[in-house]
Amino acid sequence: MAKDPVLVIFQLTGGNDYLNTIIPLQEPTYRDFRKLVVIPEGQEVPLDDNYGFHPEMAPLKPFWDDGKMALIHGIGYENSPRSHFRSMDIWHTCEPNKVGTEGWVGRTLKVIDPDKENVLTGVNFGQGLPRAMAMPGVPVASVSDIENYGVLTGITGEEQRARALDRFARLYSPAIGTGPVMDYLGQTGLDALKGADILKTAPEKYSSNVEYAATPIAQKLRGISMVHQANLGTRIFYTQHASFDTHASQMPAHQQLWKECSRAVADFFSDLRENDAADNVVLIMFSEFGRRVRDNGSGTDHGSAGIAFAIGDSVNGGHFSEYPSMKLEDLQEGDLAPNYDFRGFYSTLLEKHMGLDPTEIVGGTFEQLDFIAK
Amino acid sequence: MASKDIALMAHLMRRAGFGATYEELEARAAKGYKATIEELLDPDANGIPEYDDLTLARYYPDLDIPSAPSMGTANMMFHFYTSPRPLVEKMTLFWHMVFATGNSKVDNPPEMLQQIEMFRQHGMGNYRDMLIRLAKDPAMIFFLDNSENHKRAPNENWGRELLELFSMGQGQYTEDDVKMAARAFTGWTILPKIPRTPYQRHHWKFIYKNEDHDNADKEFLGHKGNLNGEDIIDIVLKQPATAQFMARHLYNFFVADEVQVPSWLDVEPKDPQAVNAIADVFVKSNFDITETLRFIFNSDFFKDESAWFAKVKNPAEVVAGTIRLIGDFKEPKPGVLDVGLEGAYQGQELINPPSVEGWHTGQEWIDTGSLVRRVNYVADALGDASKPGVQSIINRLGSKGTLSSEDLVDGCLELLGAVRVDDGTRQQLVDHAKSGGDLNRGSSEEETRVFGQRVTEMLQLIAATREYQFG
Repeated sequence: MAKDPVLVIFQLTGGNDYLNTIIPLQEPTYRDFRKLVVIPEGQEVPLDDNYGFHPEMAPLKPFWDDGKMALIHGIGYENSPRSHFRSMDIWHTCEPNKVGTEGWVGRTLKVIDPDKENVLTGVNFGQGLPRAMAMPGVPVASVSDIENYGVLTGITGEEQRARALDRFARLYSPAIGTGPVMDYLGQTGLDALKGADILKTAPEKYSSNVEYAATPIAQKLRGISMVHQANLGTRIFYTQHASFDTHASQMPAHQQLWKECSRAVADFFSDLRENDAADNVVLIMFSEFGRRVRDNGSGTDHGSAGIAFAIGDSVNGGHFSEYPSMKLEDLQEGDLAPNYDFRGFYSTLLEKHMGLDPTEIVGGTFEQLDFIAK
Repeated sequence: MASKDIALMAHLMRRAGFGATYEELEARAAKGYKATIEELLDPDANGIPEYDDLTLARYYPDLDIPSAPSMGTANMMFHFYTSPRPLVEKMTLFWHMVFATGNSKVDNPPEMLQQIEMFRQHGMGNYRDMLIRLAKDPAMIFFLDNSENHKRAPNENWGRELLELFSMGQGQYTEDDVKMAARAFTGWTILPKIPRTPYQRHHWKFIYKNEDHDNADKEFLGHKGNLNGEDIIDIVLKQPATAQFMARHLYNFFVADEVQVPSWLDVEPKDPQAVNAIADVFVKSNFDITETLRFIFNSDFFKDESAWFAKVKNPAEVVAGTIRLIGDFKEPKPGVLDVGLEGAYQGQELINPPSVEGWHTGQEWIDTGSLVRRVNYVADALGDASKPGVQSIINRLGSKGTLSSEDLVDGCLELLGAVRVDDGTRQQLVDHAKSGGDLNRGSSEEETRVFGQRVTEMLQLIAATREYQFG
């Protein structure tokens, strides 16, 4: 039986600097605009004649070489507000023109599992739920530490905790209480308990020869690997790493960020491949916006168009869309102009990878790209 | 002290504040219900000091002038669990939830806190005055684009939300009225018009630009003339719908959960008589907020047991209420940022509501993720016997001699603030306690340790019940 497709969403929070992530090697203006916040010539990891990775992204180069990594250039949307929070809202809700509250991942989960048969169809690794996953009536587990996840984790003593959990289930049973709100709370509590019970089995089943780094993002991806490999039916994972908001001292900060993220992603796929669990997984990385073309002497400020990645065995590697022009007359208020709508990126993933109709989820029809192999 | 008086006081303090320790409830009940209401309503006259903002500036300068949104969030939460004036803070939260302004767009936490301070200083004054202050509030002007509302190019965002969300409610006006309201507020703008330079946020100033104000005649809700913003507000206040809408908001916030606001046009209030009565006082007092609150807290529909625990606690109430209960943060110490973020993790990021409609409330506070988060947060806090509030509960129970399982359960429920649970829930708690048998603090170190552990475990289990999610 074919495995269900799985999407891992990895958010680069804070606004990743597109220019220093994918360096345009043939673009002399890059070095005119970037005097100090610049990748020194020759240090780029060349992908082809025209573009190179940030040096710390070398661990991701094999994905590119194998044709398993797609670069989606110039991604964004019109009239970028250049505010982190508003931008992130737009990416999360697919509502660039009004403030939306339902997340696109939440809507997707509702389509995948309308009857809530699996309380773990969507799992977030991190603190609190990203708005992308918010949707009334859609259960989502939010895990900050997989080895210690669950209800009443603060009760000390294994026996005491087991007794308390048993009691929790009885306290939330439909036999107690009256009224719709009590019923709703009861169901939600039992869903949460069930999710925690199932998730608990993941670390127990897990074994891997891959040694992840101790960094937060590596540990989150390791948790995702555990849950994925435990075959709990999770179809969408969400996680994030911060902060890419490099207004100052960008050179060392951005270097450290990509060092951690590149190694974590490479280790994640090594782990999945070693355990024959990679073929149905696509991992994407995106950021709420790119950064200004001209540096500010120490860092870079909020910009517009950015870069997104898709990595996985079913990915058609290569460049998609176009690197926006860096000619002065083509810049929008000093920024690269977005030339590809992020909702087309989501639509491609939903339709070609997940096998779903994207129209309702992203709110319309947007140009899809060919980065998923048939 | 009759336990009924304590229970009513606990209800009042949950609603008109962020809960209280049992000791505070006893002291307030001894003073009397009416006297407590008066003290809450008029702290100045009763010698209740404001929170000393210098303490904030001295120990938490990051919160005082926040450079990041999380610091602004923490600042607002900090007032909720430290202020000696809980009702003032509760009304600040009320206005923040109704006049919802989100930092995700404003991108200027210090200006957000200026708005919050305006709610704190004037939120118990007069509603007309509040609407005018709101219309001149820089964060609101930027949030609803009134800075882009020009004589030659009106922007309807503020005009529409003023009518739909801040005063009359949906369905009480035409699209033409929205356009006229927008035109009347042209020229009400701020300087500078952008939130920030790369390194700092601008301090905003309200200005009225007569040259950008549309001085032509307008017709708004049947009133004609060269109407300006204040005229619009005065006309809005004459509409019965305004008092009804705000009365329903007050009922929803202080008395019992209503359906979500967007359904109010189609769904009758839970208690129409109560809402009418609140609206009546609101109008007759010329929109005096304190007078209206005095009426609510003294009314039967508020005091009646059917209103107790008739609301799902919002995350700010959960977090600030827990800190007040366990007596944490009595002195400055690290961790205030985490406390602010805790509310966000539970689904209420203060200074950043999800949209101008504010947060959805009631049962929509609860989903699988947020339920786990809030249950664990409260249970972890109540499991920490080093906190003075928890210690006090242990000591009070310890002084009662031998406790049966029923005594333990009832004692814990009472000392957590006269918490009321379903009979089935109580039976489960009693069954749980029974496996440990009767309980006595004893005298040996080991006995005392076991006693403390069994009490805190029961407190944790109570925190995990469905009923404890209500307030």
